[in-house]
Amino acid sequence: MSDLSYFGRTVKHLVICSLTACLFFLPLHHAFADAQKGKQLFQQNCAQCHNPLRDATGPALYGKENEVPGGRKWIYNWVHNSAAVIASGDKYAVNLFNQWNHVQMPPFPQLSTQDIDDILDYVKQVGDEAKQAASAPAATAGQAGGGAAPASNNNLLYGIITLVLAVVALILLQVNNSLNRMANEKEGIETPEPVPFYRNKTYIAIVSLVLFLVAGYFLTNAAVNIGRQQNYEPTQPIFYSHRVHAGINQINCLYCHAGAEKSQHAMIPSQNICMNCHMAINSYSGPQLYTPEGKPVDGTAEIQKLYYYAGWDPKQRKYVNAGHPIQWVKIHNLPDFVYFSHEQHVAVGKIQCQICHGPIQNMDVVYQYSDLSMGWCVNCHRTTKVNFADNAYYSNIFMKYHEELKEGKIDSVTEAMLGGTECQRCHY
Amino acid sequence: MSEKKYWKGLEELYNTPSYQKTVRNEFREELPFGEEIERLMDAKTPRRDFLKYLGFSITAATIAASCEIQVRKAIPYINKPVDITPGVPNYYASTYAQDGDYCPVVVKTLDGRPIKIEGNTSSSITRGGTSAMVQASVLSLYDTARLRYPMIQGKEATWEELDKAVMQGLASLGGAPVVLLTTTLMSPATEQLIQEFIQKYPGARHVTYDAVSYAGMLLANEACYGKRAIPSYHFENAKAIVSLGADFLGTWLSPVEFASQYAQTRKIKGKKADLSQHIQFESYMSLTGANADYRYTHRPSQQPAVVLNLYNAVAQALGKPQLSNVPALQDESLQKGIQRAARLLASHPGEALVVCGSNNPHVQIVVNGLNEMLGAGGKTIDWNAPVNYRKGIDADMQQLVADMEAGKVGAVLIYGANPVYDYYDGQRFAEALKKVKLTVSCNERKDETTVLCQYVAPDHHYLENWGDAEPKAGYYSFIQPTIFPLFKTRAFQESLLAWMGQTPDWHGYLMKFWEPKLGGLEAWEEALQNGVIEPKQVSLAAAPFKGDVQGAAAQLTAQQPKMGELELVLYEKVGIRGGRWANNPWLQEMPDPISKCTWDNYVCISPALAWKLGISINRFNENDLNRPVARISAAGKEITLPVLVLPGMPKDVIAVAVGYGRSPEVGKAAGGVGKNVYPWVNLNSQSLTFEYYQPAATFTLTGETYPLAITQTHNSFEGRPIILETTQKQYNEDPGEATREQREERERYGGENYDTQGTLYPNLYDFPGLKWGMSIDLNSCIGCGACTIACQAENNVAVVGKDRVIAHQEMHWIRIDRYFSGDPENPQVVFQPMLCQQCDNAPCENVCPVAATNHSDEGLNQMVYNRCIGTRYCMNNCPYKVRRFNWRDWWGATSFGGTKDTADMESELTRMVLNPDVTVRGRGVMEKCTFCVQRLQDAKLAAKKAGRPLMDGEAMTACQQACPTQAIVFGNVHDPGAAISQLREENKETRLYYVLDDLHTLPNVNYLVKVVNKDPGDFYVEPVQHVL
Repeated sequence: MSDLSYFGRTVKHLVICSLTACLFFLPLHHAFADAQKGKQLFQQNCAQCHNPLRDATGPALYGKENEVPGGRKWIYNWVHNSAAVIASGDKYAVNLFNQWNHVQMPPFPQLSTQDIDDILDYVKQVGDEAKQAASAPAATAGQAGGGAAPASNNNLLYGIITLVLAVVALILLQVNNSLNRMANEKEGIETPEPVPFYRNKTYIAIVSLVLFLVAGYFLTNAAVNIGRQQNYEPTQPIFYSHRVHAGINQINCLYCHAGAEKSQHAMIPSQNICMNCHMAINSYSGPQLYTPEGKPVDGTAEIQKLYYYAGWDPKQRKYVNAGHPIQWVKIHNLPDFVYFSHEQHVAVGKIQCQICHGPIQNMDVVYQYSDLSMGWCVNCHRTTKVNFADNAYYSNIFMKYHEELKEGKIDSVTEAMLGGTECQRCHY
Repeated sequence: MSEKKYWKGLEELYNTPSYQKTVRNEFREELPFGEEIERLMDAKTPRRDFLKYLGFSITAATIAASCEIQVRKAIPYINKPVDITPGVPNYYASTYAQDGDYCPVVVKTLDGRPIKIEGNTSSSITRGGTSAMVQASVLSLYDTARLRYPMIQGKEATWEELDKAVMQGLASLGGAPVVLLTTTLMSPATEQLIQEFIQKYPGARHVTYDAVSYAGMLLANEACYGKRAIPSYHFENAKAIVSLGADFLGTWLSPVEFASQYAQTRKIKGKKADLSQHIQFESYMSLTGANADYRYTHRPSQQPAVVLNLYNAVAQALGKPQLSNVPALQDESLQKGIQRAARLLASHPGEALVVCGSNNPHVQIVVNGLNEMLGAGGKTIDWNAPVNYRKGIDADMQQLVADMEAGKVGAVLIYGANPVYDYYDGQRFAEALKKVKLTVSCNERKDETTVLCQYVAPDHHYLENWGDAEPKAGYYSFIQPTIFPLFKTRAFQESLLAWMGQTPDWHGYLMKFWEPKLGGLEAWEEALQNGVIEPKQVSLAAAPFKGDVQGAAAQLTAQQPKMGELELVLYEKVGIRGGRWANNPWLQEMPDPISKCTWDNYVCISPALAWKLGISINRFNENDLNRPVARISAAGKEITLPVLVLPGMPKDVIAVAVGYGRSPEVGKAAGGVGKNVYPWVNLNSQSLTFEYYQPAATFTLTGETYPLAITQTHNSFEGRPIILETTQKQYNEDPGEATREQREERERYGGENYDTQGTLYPNLYDFPGLKWGMSIDLNSCIGCGACTIACQAENNVAVVGKDRVIAHQEMHWIRIDRYFSGDPENPQVVFQPMLCQQCDNAPCENVCPVAATNHSDEGLNQMVYNRCIGTRYCMNNCPYKVRRFNWRDWWGATSFGGTKDTADMESELTRMVLNPDVTVRGRGVMEKCTFCVQRLQDAKLAAKKAGRPLMDGEAMTACQQACPTQAIVFGNVHDPGAAISQLREENKETRLYYVLDDLHTLPNVNYLVKVVNKDPGDFYVEPVQHVL
């Protein structure tokens, strides 16, 4: 009896442990470690031209660290002033320059070696994770692709483990019951008729609890997300590819979105801005474009659509009518009670477009990259450092911070310290 | 200082039972569930039903909320104009010049829509001030009742059809003359065009007609100075101001200009006050009378006698020849007043000014004589720059009507004027109009006259139009369009050009007129940009006086009307004025500065008369909504109007405002509101000028009742010392006296450290950066209400309609509280603008269960609409009663739409006036003054972007900007150089005080004590107690 009952107890213990484990695994979020800063720097400075994994305007960065002749030191020099490195006759540098059609990488003297290290760490992390994901068997199931892949793969893995453990626990529980009954019978103790597990009150309680928690989690999330449109990717009247314009052709964002620096609205460019270039460029000869559904897109035909909207006759090469307004579908929508100013963020805060809009230079069809939730805004305001010392606006206010900076009590001032998380900075 | 008792209304003074009830029940209304709740409670199973409703509502809301989000479109320009950036406002200088009212303005346009009017600070005439009427004019642009196309016989037509028909009509008059009938025009180019028109149609003439006429002054000046003109007045140079029935701060001639000048003489710098003294004689309670140091009342028919007696008293004091045969005044207080005024005037030669609101030329001749005797010419009166504010001669109009009746007029072209409504015998004009072969109206709406015209050629709104103005000789001002015309309207001038057979190009005409005068296109563009051109050197001059004062006096003595028991006086309200813009919901809902009544006209009677008539004291106040209705008859015309008992009315005079009683076609807001009392305008058969009173009127209560929407007594201040006032004498002896009590109270709880030591919770807030503060000078505030409307325009403040005002649901973020003190028959008045005090220790913040109102590190009491769940705890806990709750969706902010649209405020057209930088609040949220946080953020952003510190004066609130007297100073109190800091430092020991300071709310708005230039003995007057 003693062995059996001991065995039974062990099994019981195991079951409880695994159930507890189930509960803990369920709401688990996968978070990046602490390459946060590197990521931010990368998106601010590098993402316009580089992707860690793929060649873009510049080469893929993952692994380059081991490839270059002088290790990280060489990279510091290169980033600070690539032209100087090329001019110095460095063989690797000259090769690279020729290989990439003499496209010069702009100098980034403002990045410290620490910053560059952070970026490289981030690139390494992204690359390593991608590699891992590629080798892990579970990962092949999900074809989400891109940066989100590792997180979802891990979730799946944890999910499967949870499920397996739960099934094992259930079986063990049944086994335990049977063994107990057998032991009791052997010792002549009368046992009641076994209750089937679906009428077992303990089971029902556990299942209800689990269901409640799972449903609650999803319901809460769903409720919080009402009105949010992350990944919203509507079809637009013209298949306008940001990848072709901002990515491949390197047109500055502000050339078209001129309002970003001087108005609350970034402004969708008017047709006359498009026509500045498209009077001359009347056919498309870049890489084949595809819709998100995979249908090929005829770029030249899209340019013809622009001519219709602008009222331009390409044959006569002149405007023949007043044109037609383009009804673009607005992707980034904020509620009416939020005041958001591009001017504040772009002209004063010097925030890169990609911080909020994501790798826009790689998007053929623009989608909403960030969820534009208040939490997302506030998080950034909490962490973003403000150009406090150099902007004379702050020269005669916030004297407390000036002193603390001088005394070394703080090394920087964040937006939140200047009241950037207060309600009436955005809601009025 | 002896205690002075202030009261908001008579009910408070007499502490009536219904008033006591209001004080006990701070919240007037039961929750507005109404019938629904009764039905629910009567049901068999109320609890279950309640749960059912609850469940249903939550499910419905969830389903509604989780439905697919609507697809929004973003449509850029096809070809973007260079100077327009979406989201960035453009400012264009323009001019409000309508019916002789003048105000140079700067129009803020955003995304192509004019949304706000500011004063033009380049003008030395108005110095950046505005009035409620000017502020509200932007809403009239989006008035749904504006005419949208030309009409022939009431049917839509094209401009070509209309022009053809009108020109045919003009060609076939058979020699009968054409008459252009307009209100006062001050546009030099239009005047020239009219002259050309008259040349084209020989025999044609131009008749100027003003609804509220100044012909008496024009004729008097012609007799005295040989010029049919009105001089410039310079109140800023006057130490002694006597007004004889002229409401120069509210409605008379050019109130914005005069208010700005007047305020300069009422400001106190340092510890010595040297104020002007202002004495007012009048027949009703006017805004100017409320601001006067001394105020005396008389019957309107006594005005000539008052003027003559004053003349003689001054002459006596100065040793000049007196007038003979002057009628004696029986009233003792009036005699004392005349003596006082004479002493004041005589002791300030060259610094005195007498103005008179009479339209009787003989009275004005005597007033001119008085000013001459005082040496006002060249000092306070300037004949170098006569004004063009009013030009109408009443006799011309009477002649026109007679000619029309006689069939001697071939065609009448009407522009601006609306005589069927506002002529003293509108019916006669309407009949006469039928005898004219060709009638054309260029008015912008279907007013009472326009509906009777065969052809309607609607004019643009001034914000859509080109134009110019010459308010004074040598001063020019320009009008430029700020939006493409919304409808198929056409400038009046273009219509004239078309009917003269020329190209209808008013812009071209205007440029051709001005370019040579200014010296080229560049100068023209500069003039448009600046808005005004003014003489470089200004010198004031007198004009040789050749008036026959004795002759005028003899006429006046001979003409004395027979006085009835009661006299009726007609007056203009500060908001609605003559009634031209009556269909403006902002103006309709603006509480009248004195009566604080909205949405109606009524008959004002004195408390003495009310006692005499036996009107129950409970009817004196708004606690009992139902006002008695009276039938008033005078000159054979009867009108019934609700009665409002107004302290300060003379006991034998009743007063009614003109401008109401418009026809329903004028618009939803004005149509059917109040009664038209223009038919009571009196024709002086001797001088042929209009007089705005009836010497004999009868007044009988009908026994019916009628509700009036009055805002003043919506809350009680329970006798707390929130108004601090003193006299000049006391101030000069001891400047700190008025505020000493407050300072001593502070001293007991930490003095300088009152903010941290006067409380159990010393860790309030830290203000590391900017801190906003406002100062309101009670001495400069004249109570005109421009700030209220400016705030309404800037902050999308809703209009709620009359019945909601009655229910205390008005939404104004800044209200002007009017307090009386002293004798109810002639009280002293103080105006106190009351807005959110942005308390640093705010009672509202502590009680919000969802932290929807909290404090910012710039000292703002923030109100977060999206977080508010509408408990109204904050409103209940606010000691200043400045929070406003959206009981309904006034602007149609939510997709469910509005619930009660009183004035077309929800229409797509009207909503164009909304300021996109300010959230449009929906139903169920609280709101209040934000210190115009959107402007503060804008100013900060501009400074940050330029990389420089924020400068003082860069961030202005809308109320501050609109104020014609600069009573409001606003800025960053952490900047020691800022005007607000200096003002507070200067007045720290003297006039500075905070309202309800002892509650330790730590307001960021301070007030400056009002100093009255009055003898202390006259200042402290105990109210007469009536036995109830």
